[in-house]
Amino acid sequence: MADTPMIEIDAVSRYYGIYRALDDVSLDIAAGEFFSLLGPSGCGKTTLLRSIAGFDTPTSGDIRIDGHSAIDLPPNKRPTNMVFQNYAIFPHLNVEENVAYGLKRLKLNADDERQRVGNALEQVRLAHLSKRKAHELSGGQRQRVALARALVMRPKVLLLDEPLSALDKKLREEMQVELRTLQKAVGITFVLVTHDQYEALAMSDRIAVMFGGRIAQVATPKEIYQHPLTRQVADFLGGMNFMQAKITSESAVNLSVETTRFGNVTIAKPKGFTANNGQATIGIRPERLRVLWDDAKADCEVTGHVVDRHYFGEITHLIVDVPGLEKPLSVSETNNFGADDIPVGAPIRLAYDPDALVAMAD
Amino acid sequence: MSGRHGIRKSRWLPVYVTAYLAFLYLPILLLPIFSFNNAASTTFPLAGFTTKWYAALWGNTVMLEAARNSLIVGICVSILSTGLAICAARAVTRYKFRGQRATTGLLMAPLFLPEIIVAVSLLMIVLQLGIELSLATVILGQTMFCLPYALSVLISGFDGFDRSLEEASLDLGETAIGTFRRVTLPVVAPAIISSLLVSFTISLDEFILAFFLSGTQPTLPVYIWGQLRFAAKLPSVLALGTLMIALSIILVTTAEILRRRAENRLKAGAAAHG
Repeated sequence: MADTPMIEIDAVSRYYGIYRALDDVSLDIAAGEFFSLLGPSGCGKTTLLRSIAGFDTPTSGDIRIDGHSAIDLPPNKRPTNMVFQNYAIFPHLNVEENVAYGLKRLKLNADDERQRVGNALEQVRLAHLSKRKAHELSGGQRQRVALARALVMRPKVLLLDEPLSALDKKLREEMQVELRTLQKAVGITFVLVTHDQYEALAMSDRIAVMFGGRIAQVATPKEIYQHPLTRQVADFLGGMNFMQAKITSESAVNLSVETTRFGNVTIAKPKGFTANNGQATIGIRPERLRVLWDDAKADCEVTGHVVDRHYFGEITHLIVDVPGLEKPLSVSETNNFGADDIPVGAPIRLAYDPDALVAMAD
Repeated sequence: MSGRHGIRKSRWLPVYVTAYLAFLYLPILLLPIFSFNNAASTTFPLAGFTTKWYAALWGNTVMLEAARNSLIVGICVSILSTGLAICAARAVTRYKFRGQRATTGLLMAPLFLPEIIVAVSLLMIVLQLGIELSLATVILGQTMFCLPYALSVLISGFDGFDRSLEEASLDLGETAIGTFRRVTLPVVAPAIISSLLVSFTISLDEFILAFFLSGTQPTLPVYIWGQLRFAAKLPSVLALGTLMIALSIILVTTAEILRRRAENRLKAGAAAHG
């Protein structure tokens, strides 16, 4: 990260009338990084991606790509290429001609062009379909054409706008692995826009979570999942059991809190945290609560009874009412030990690790 | 998957279909039959096979003059109406604006106006303005008449043209002009050609406007109308009519094939939206 970042988003805002699609967004993306912009629809992630590509012009701020300001460059002059959400395969051209489309501008000799197209098609495993037209391709194959068509230009940055959203679940999971492998192989910067938390977690080096035109948190998938800075981020990425706790002492980096059922704990203070009437929002992920069977013991336990149960195949979600908590706890337990057979109404003991508790800004 | 399970077969269905088709096509079939009949009258029984009516057409300079007029008018009308319709169709399919539905409605409404009324009012205007009747006035009148047809072909052709295709082209380094030439035009070309063919065909067969506005330069339908006064000329007219029908069928079929191809292409391009 000592080098110049590949992409520098510098105080970018985008207004549509009075609506702020992007509100003073700053962000650095390193060369060779797989970076995801994650958020619900309307959060500004697509506007940001299109601003990097040159299809949208920010109202203020600067975008530098590889050290040079790109803000005044049209899309065809930027060292970026894009994979569109609907793939935008040219319907009047076959696979090979689609991939060669951008190369025609470069006026390569015929052999070089053929070789680059061939290599790009190999890369996405489509060489055998090079003469097919768009309407003869499946969704997954179209996506590969779109990838090859962009990669063959050897861009510094590949931009992907929800590239997997049109695929069915099985294919989507396959393509996640494949995209990640491809990115490692070509070594260029990928910027992915997605609203799918699992996609972002599975593929990215780093994720920026966006809400309402602002970036809420930028971190590695693990960091963002385990230490969400805000309640909103925690809620968007997976489940979280929220509760209020009384702050007993506060340092620059830590908070000591008194909880109703999870004892007194000292936990890391998130950036931008402000106490609310001496109270803090803390939480624990459903899978960090473990069912204690029979007479098993744990250092930290909470007790309650099951009020509802949802079966998901490999796991079961148990809804556990704990006296003294404002909301029942959601518990995610694997079905190895029979969590799917726990009857509703049964008393239950849950073990937890105090380190699993996190504090979040509201 | 087949319809056999859904529809109960009836013995009467083939009869009905045959009668239906006969009603549609028998009158038209009479034309070519009598045009090859070796007799001046159009009555059965047929008198024998001849191509002399066609040969006579070839030497008929007045008819050839009318054919030339029709060709000029047809080409001008198809280019003018398609050109105007391209702009309107693009606006209607590409942009969202206030009064979009009303505008589309107004553009298509002339389809339902009684043609004779339109012809009379056009004649009145032309005479008021002191413009001399000529092929130019026919061209203007028929352009107005063909516009909704061209528009409906083009709107169906442009609808679903995916804007991201143009963006993808720009993204791959192509200029705006290059994008128009390499992506926009080829993708919508079948619809444009289809619109040209449809407009040409309508112009070729159009009688009322041409009759009112053509002055001393008749188009083919006007010429045919004039010939009907002479019974002896009838077989020649039938031969001419046969040729015109054949040409119309070829043009419209080609237009329809192209229109469908354009539609399928656009569907294929945008199919990933689902």
